[in-house]
Amino acid sequence: MDDLILRTVARVLVPLVQLCGLAIIAYGHVSPGGGFAGGTVLAAGFVLYALAFGQEALDRRLPERTARTAESLGAAWFAVLGLVGLAAGRNYLANVLPPGSPGRLLSGGIIALVTAGVGLKVAATMVTLFRRLMGGEGGERP
Amino acid sequence: MILVLIGVALLGVAVELPPFGERAVPSWNEVARHYLDRSLNETGASSVVAGIITDYRGFDTLGEVTVLFTAVTALLVVLEGRSRP
Amino acid sequence: MTELLGKLYHNGFYATAAILFLTGFYIVLADNHLIKKVIGINVMESAVFLIFVATGYVEGGRAPILTAPPGPGGYINPVPSALILTGIVVSVSVTAFSLALVSRIYQHYGTVDVDELARRRGPEP
Repeated sequence: MDDLILRTVARVLVPLVQLCGLAIIAYGHVSPGGGFAGGTVLAAGFVLYALAFGQEALDRRLPERTARTAESLGAAWFAVLGLVGLAAGRNYLANVLPPGSPGRLLSGGIIALVTAGVGLKVAATMVTLFRRLMGGEGGERP
Repeated sequence: MILVLIGVALLGVAVELPPFGERAVPSWNEVARHYLDRSLNETGASSVVAGIITDYRGFDTLGEVTVLFTAVTALLVVLEGRSRP
Repeated sequence: MTELLGKLYHNGFYATAAILFLTGFYIVLADNHLIKKVIGINVMESAVFLIFVATGYVEGGRAPILTAPPGPGGYINPVPSALILTGIVVSVSVTAFSLALVSRIYQHYGTVDVDELARRRGPEP
């Protein structure tokens, strides 16, 4: 696992992969992509980091507690955002914000916000799945 | 033997399905036309798929998020639960 | 016969989906390794995704981004693409949960071979 080529390539590649994931999440409503795809790409960056530098390094950069918090936060954010539509006197999850001009980043009302929440949640979920299935006993034991 | 039977059946179905890549297939109905015509004005999102999954079918996506959440919870329970002696 | 083969070639994506489904089904049936069974289920799921998304394709169509110019065939059908997202999410969840179960089985019995597991458990009471 202590491979110079792997570590050098990963050091260059991880920021690019994660930036790509963030871009896919942010532009989910104007181009192909969205929360699920972008979240998976973002998580793939973390997975590459863990594979190249070991799970201890991942635990230092992204502690398990942070991942779990992000996961719950993403799901709760979605549900709370639905309540906003209810508070505005329309349906649950209604699109209450102004649509904006199509094609710009600030358009689509709440769609961008929902996509951001979903992306956060999916990324955290994928990292947790990877960490657990790799058999790492990292993280706090009950 | 069973595999051959299922394979012949599936390939037969693949032959008889509506031709690939044409517009006159049953799945190209008024729902798809509605989304393509109006979603730009109704949601403001230029990506129709994003508009469908987060606006028209937002509740469905909430269900998907719940499914993922449940999967992680079940995984943690299975992997960290105490094994019976 | 030639006409039949021509139709099959024209519906090539559906035929590919059928072959993929058969491959996955064969793996699930014939392999004793539990993780390979999970992989087989994944291959079958890929077949379902393929056939579902392929129904939405239109000849010469582009992805439905409304600010971009449409292709010579207009836009493709967005509904199957949006619907299959649910399927993909469920597939990921099911795969993760099955892998967790397999991992627990391995911790408990020390093997993931189905025959070996049945032998160790002994005859059903």
